Amino acid sequence: MGEILLQLNNISVVYSDVIQVLKGVSLSVEKGHIVSLLGSNGAGKTTTLKAISGLLKPENGEVTDGSVIYNGKNIQNQSPEYITRQGIIQVLEGRQPFKYLTIEENLRVGTATRPSKPYKQDLEMVYNYFPALVARRKSLAGYCSGGELQMLVIGRALMAHPQLLMLDEPSLGLAPLVVQEIFRIIKKINEEHETTIVLVEQNAHMALQVAHYAYVMENGKIMMEGASKDLADNPDVKEFYLGMAATGIAKSYKDVKAYRRRKRWL
Amino acid sequence: MKKFSFHPCGNYHENYSQELNIFETDFGRVCLILFLAVLFLVAPFVLSPYMLYILNMIGISAIAAIGLNILIGFTGQISLGHGAFFGVGAYAAAILATRLGLPFYLSIPSAGIITALVGMIFGAPSGRLKGLYLTIATLAGQFIIEYVLIHWDSMTKGTMGITLPTTTIFSWEVTGDRAFFFLIFISLVLTTWFAVNIMRSKYGRAFIAIRDNDRAAEGMGIPIFKYKLLSFGISSFYAGFAGAIWAYYMVSITSEPFNLGLSVEYIAMVIIGGMGNIPGAIFGATFITLLNELLRYLTGVLMNVGFVTSTGLNMAPLREFVFGLAIVLFILLEPKGLAELWRIVRSSFRLWPFSY
Amino acid sequence: MDFFLQLLVNGVCVGLLYGISAMGFVMIFKSSSVLNFAHGELLALGAFFFLALITWAQIPIFAAFILTLIGCFILGFIIEKFFLRPLIGEKLIFVIMLTVGLAAMFKGLILLIWGGNLHTYPDFLPESLALKLGAIYIAPVYTATLVISIIFLVLFGLFFKQSSQGIYMRSVADNQKAALSLGVNVRRVFALSWAIAAMVASMSGIVLGIINGVNVHDLSSIGLKVFPVVILGGLDSISGAIIGGIIIGLLETFTGGYLSPSLRDVVPYIVLVFILLIKPYGLFGLVEIERV
Repeated sequence: MGEILLQLNNISVVYSDVIQVLKGVSLSVEKGHIVSLLGSNGAGKTTTLKAISGLLKPENGEVTDGSVIYNGKNIQNQSPEYITRQGIIQVLEGRQPFKYLTIEENLRVGTATRPSKPYKQDLEMVYNYFPALVARRKSLAGYCSGGELQMLVIGRALMAHPQLLMLDEPSLGLAPLVVQEIFRIIKKINEEHETTIVLVEQNAHMALQVAHYAYVMENGKIMMEGASKDLADNPDVKEFYLGMAATGIAKSYKDVKAYRRRKRWL
Repeated sequence: MKKFSFHPCGNYHENYSQELNIFETDFGRVCLILFLAVLFLVAPFVLSPYMLYILNMIGISAIAAIGLNILIGFTGQISLGHGAFFGVGAYAAAILATRLGLPFYLSIPSAGIITALVGMIFGAPSGRLKGLYLTIATLAGQFIIEYVLIHWDSMTKGTMGITLPTTTIFSWEVTGDRAFFFLIFISLVLTTWFAVNIMRSKYGRAFIAIRDNDRAAEGMGIPIFKYKLLSFGISSFYAGFAGAIWAYYMVSITSEPFNLGLSVEYIAMVIIGGMGNIPGAIFGATFITLLNELLRYLTGVLMNVGFVTSTGLNMAPLREFVFGLAIVLFILLEPKGLAELWRIVRSSFRLWPFSY
Repeated sequence: MDFFLQLLVNGVCVGLLYGISAMGFVMIFKSSSVLNFAHGELLALGAFFFLALITWAQIPIFAAFILTLIGCFILGFIIEKFFLRPLIGEKLIFVIMLTVGLAAMFKGLILLIWGGNLHTYPDFLPESLALKLGAIYIAPVYTATLVISIIFLVLFGLFFKQSSQGIYMRSVADNQKAALSLGVNVRRVFALSWAIAAMVASMSGIVLGIINGVNVHDLSSIGLKVFPVVILGGLDSISGAIIGGIIIGLLETFTGGYLSPSLRDVVPYIVLVFILLIKPYGLFGLVEIERV
């Protein structure tokens, strides 16, 4: 095992004092790894990310129990300003660009955690990763396509030089080829900058390909964990997340009458 | 004989009509009847004319404030033109009485209806505008009405003002504070009764639905434009009605009082009393009117204190300052207003000595 | 014809001032969605502060000007911190009424200290600033207005387009949640926008004071004239505020010059109603970019 960058110890998250979403989640992220969080809708993946990045508060949520330890420091329930300055940047789900700012201005907002530093070099770096953005640097983000926007928001996060980058569903609503491109870049960022990445995905297939390690969540709990290779071979994961029959071949509608596999972990 | 009911311990409503009851207990009903009896049978005969004057002003403001509360508190449309609508009512009554010679029992309701129409004209932008934009549109309405009141000389006699004939009902002359007390408070009871009841009806529920989420309300099949207009209409009717009574009470009117300050005063009544709460509007009207009188009294006293006059301080603006301060403090500390405080006091009495 | 040109020039100058005072208003609205009804009082505070500095404290004009700007900058911070911050996330009407309450407080305060009379600044603008173009005479005040307005505009343009802090402010106005996720200090942005708005307001208050004399009632009613201006320009467009200001300024001076002086003060509101009915989001307001 390498050095642990981020550790969640048995955290619970409650929204508006009544709705408990996370019921004791523990996970650890090794430095320089890509860790993937899988799970169906409403499993609590996004909430887990927000618990780390401090974005729960604007939504009236709170970590009520457990601890979030990052680089040896307790950071649960800190303000987003504090946490982002520690090097944790979350890329929100559903691409949230600043619609009325140009692409370049959008990228510059990413320097908010270190305002006095020069940013020109970082712009170059982002344009290197995402050449598609160069041509559109002066146009309003509101008029860009979904793929460009996804690149933009990842690039914007990179401007902050994050140690830990958290991506929430980068493949949402994108064409398969664009998804492949984006995952290729994520992998590249991880390798070149040694940025640790937490990846939340519905596209389990792609996520397991790039990630080193993965967690499966359901109903606010971690149900399974393991190296992504092992998980990809796990018959349960295959059935429920990769759309394969237990035998390993793609499920056919010929067999619709076949009994669905029971989840082993329930 | 029906059993006299007290507060049940829990929610025992079995059908919708029980939910919609105005009085949860007979105790509340009896209290209100007792209060009204004291108000009508005792107050006008023991209070001094000055006290009656204050009560009358409270009553008039309360009618207008209830109207504004229907618009702001229940329908969620902010209007900054209520003071001007009040003025429209006053002028409409005055003009109807002097030009057409209408008796007051006809001119006051007609003034209300005219104001309702004017209010609906300025409410019409609500079909397209929401929130801030609508607020600004009503602000424009305030200024335009003010301008018309001052400059439409042939109708409003401009800055000269209009003097109204004495109010007579059959052969009885309604003059003096006591006679007006009855006129005003009977109107207040009727308008309150009407407002409380409209809020329990289909219309009231539609208003509340629009306030809480207008898109969802539209999706549920509520024609929101129609209801918003209706809400503007009802609210301006109240303002015009109150304005008309005020005009008769004051005998002669000029356009001066109907400025933005008055509109703000009405909004302050609604907020300080409690938004979306009809008794709250009455509390708010009472609070603001008393505050106004108190400050007027204080500045009068301070004027004569040698120390203050010798330092050259002018105390009149104190009123403006305290007024603003009251609004700010209420918003920061008790945004639900006096109605909420009243509820807290009442329930702590009711539950005494077991606080919950 | 000369009369026309004279009105045109006056209108543009007054309009620029309206535009600049509207700019502060738009800034607050853009970053924190607060409709500031106390804007006129901020203008008046600036004007009276300046008056106090040059007549009571006898500070040189230029230093007094700078001191006023700094003072109002701090005042804006204080207002945001103590009054607006507790209301973040509250209903629209509470925020509006809070600013209305603040307006009444400030007005009362100014009246308590300075009274409701008309004060004037000592004449300090050199006559050499006056311009003569043919028969048109541009008074020194108007020249100064023009110069100051243009300087401020350029500074603002640079600030919002080039400086990081300006871009952060725009980002918060645009998408608060995303700004938070990138570590933008949203509270500082709110405070800063109030501070800058108060500063700009005080600047326009001073210039208006030079032109018309310093009177609480006049200055605070100009605060309300900001509304037609911003609606015309679109509530969220800073450059629109300037153009809206000029249009309203021209409209006023021409109505005052050709139709009737009494109509002058209502005309902006009449136009406002029509604009709201025809083009609700203003002539230059951002068209909501809606893509999901």
